[in-house]
Amino acid sequence: MYKLLLCLRYLRTRYIALACIVSVMLGVATMIVVNSVMAGFSTEMRDRLHNFLADIVIESRGTAGIPNVDEQLRRVQECAGQYIAAMTPSIEVPGMVTFTDPYSRESYTLPIEIHGIDPEGKAAVGPLKDYLDSYNAIVEDGVVVRPALRSSDVPLGWELTPQGQEHYELVQERKRMFLDEASQSGAFPPVMDRTTESIPDDPVFDSVDATESGDTLDAPGDPGTVLTDATGDKDAAAEQSPEMMFEDYKLPVGSTASEPARIYIGEGLVSFFVKNQQTGRQQKVMMVEPGDDVIVSTITAQTPPEVTKFQATVVDSFHSGMSEIDSRIVLMNIKALQQNRGMHLDDAITSIHIRLKDYADAEKALAALEQAFPPGQVTIRTWEEKQGLLLSAVEVETAILNVLLFLIIAVAGFGILAIFYMIVVEKTRDIGILKSLGASSSGVMSIFLSYGLALGVVGSSAGVMLGLLFVHYINEIEDLLSWLTGRKVFDEKIYYFFEIPTSISPWMVISVALGAIAIAVLASILPARRAAALHPVRALRFE
Amino acid sequence: MNDIHRMTPPLISAEAISRSYLKGQHKVPVLRGAGLSAHRGEFVSVIGQSGSGKSTLLHVMGLLDSPDVGEVRLEGNRIDNLSAAARDQLRNHVFGFIFQFYHLLPELSLLENVMAPLMIRHSIIDFWRKRKATRDAALEMLEQVGLSHRVHHRPSELSGGEMQRGAIARALIGKPEILLADEPTGNLDAETGRDIMELLNRLNQEQQLTIVMVTHDEAIAAQAHRTVRLQQGQIQRVLHEEAA
Repeated sequence: MYKLLLCLRYLRTRYIALACIVSVMLGVATMIVVNSVMAGFSTEMRDRLHNFLADIVIESRGTAGIPNVDEQLRRVQECAGQYIAAMTPSIEVPGMVTFTDPYSRESYTLPIEIHGIDPEGKAAVGPLKDYLDSYNAIVEDGVVVRPALRSSDVPLGWELTPQGQEHYELVQERKRMFLDEASQSGAFPPVMDRTTESIPDDPVFDSVDATESGDTLDAPGDPGTVLTDATGDKDAAAEQSPEMMFEDYKLPVGSTASEPARIYIGEGLVSFFVKNQQTGRQQKVMMVEPGDDVIVSTITAQTPPEVTKFQATVVDSFHSGMSEIDSRIVLMNIKALQQNRGMHLDDAITSIHIRLKDYADAEKALAALEQAFPPGQVTIRTWEEKQGLLLSAVEVETAILNVLLFLIIAVAGFGILAIFYMIVVEKTRDIGILKSLGASSSGVMSIFLSYGLALGVVGSSAGVMLGLLFVHYINEIEDLLSWLTGRKVFDEKIYYFFEIPTSISPWMVISVALGAIAIAVLASILPARRAAALHPVRALRFE
Repeated sequence: MNDIHRMTPPLISAEAISRSYLKGQHKVPVLRGAGLSAHRGEFVSVIGQSGSGKSTLLHVMGLLDSPDVGEVRLEGNRIDNLSAAARDQLRNHVFGFIFQFYHLLPELSLLENVMAPLMIRHSIIDFWRKRKATRDAALEMLEQVGLSHRVHHRPSELSGGEMQRGAIARALIGKPEILLADEPTGNLDAETGRDIMELLNRLNQEQQLTIVMVTHDEAIAAQAHRTVRLQQGQIQRVLHEEAA
């Protein structure tokens, strides 16, 4: 009884113990905040990656793909049908996209990954509509700058929105005007011999972007001219007659492509941020808009592959929230991609995305699929395995951070050790008195152990509360810090989040609190043992 | 009464106690074969100059210290070689200590200080069950020593005399058989000292409490039944023995 009473009394009267409590509290609060934010980031990231990738991905080893999509789908359905909620074939090949920035008139060619998809199928394995800009309002700094162009019940497809269609026609009209003018004035200089010889049926197209809207593109004749300046492009364009260009435009790579190429382009590929001088807001500037044409280059399915390029109309842009995806991937109608790559002859695809009914069955589904597909032809992985490197990097980062932060609490533990030693010295005479009254050594020891425990409990609970409050108001705190320092602490442009994502796991909170309490008790063992070992007579004589 | 004493073993006896302390490298002998005994109901005082070893003798008798050589007996049974747990029990049940500097616990109120021995004796559950009785006993004890009006004060708010009376109340709450007093008046002015001695005498007479008191003050020592002088670690002579 006296142990409890004294322990509580010491807690109330020793102000130096507040230092212990504060240090434990800060350690615990920091760990909770950092863990919650890290967990928030990683869950958000996992969600976004997962949504884009579906649950299981079957990929062919080569870029030529596996033939006969229907048969493949049937095979998947037969062996693992009971686990599967939806699946969709897709073609994934590396490529390049070329477009012209209407403002600087510079031509960009960027490496991309082209995903040939069926929009409805893609939407069945992941939330595609949430990503497409025409289905979503554009929000900048919390202000809606453009409402959604399509309501969510409009089916997905490769059609332009009315606005996009208008833009498309405007662009086409301007092209025609330019070409007419050019052919009438005879502005085309003689053909230069450096381009069209190598690839005779090159889809060469030059946009006319002299006007203020100027959102069309350059379609330079070959990769070499892409890198040259605008005049170079014009030279290249001028190598052919305008009529030829129109032919090329209509049928970019010969007669095989009957399907017009339509794409959803990753937003990160074609946009940049500028600060609006008037509103002070960060504004996203799109270099390519729906209705614009871009040049997509990729490789054919044959061995060895050949470079092929074609004109594609941008139907929409998408924004998944993962910069790895948004600045790398272009979604395209699968039929057009098949035709342009020569895969339509045997109806080949390179991958099948599968969404499971329950992700917990992933292992069973994988095993069943591996049975059905002979090894060597395809790779079958869950999305986690496919993104293993990125995910494990985040995990390692979290683990290291946790070790470092726990060291902070350990430092607080040493503080407790030192302060407790001091308190034991200060209380030496009291320890002698207690022993003279018949208190046992273990009783005296337990006073200080429970004192340590009490400090740990109080410090941890205060830390948990502080940490949870901080996490709850983290965005307000971020605003305050931004206001105080005058610059954005958390820039959504970098992280792709408009708010700091947090995720509090109760297990994490409990283990952090228990860990801190354990450290506090451990740190009090040494002083407690010292107190227990004090000789009563010497303790009584201590002044 | 002397006859009775000769027939029964003394309540407490310390026999041929030697005790030395290490001071740096040197062994400093404090007690060299000192012996002292007290019968039930006896009030014995030990007188000696500072450093004569009288406090050490008291500590050895009260099991706060253990002798190098010699034995401590309680009703004829040796107690100095018992286990630590058993000695803790004896200190709690059989002995009551009062000290020159009162030694109240500064964080606790007077009432809590008085209850401390019983808190130590009982487990939390036992104490909780008996809390009313314990509290009443402590209040009664405080009334006996005349401190009913100071129950909830901290030791730092009390005068020296009050603190010593509080310490006496604390020593007696556990109903000990022997009260060991180490210079109980040493830090008090003459009048307060007299009050304390009156209180001790009254307890001795009314409750037949055995008291062993250590002091350097001849006048105080003279109030006991029997006084022994300790010099250089040995009992020199019996100064006076009250005819019983």
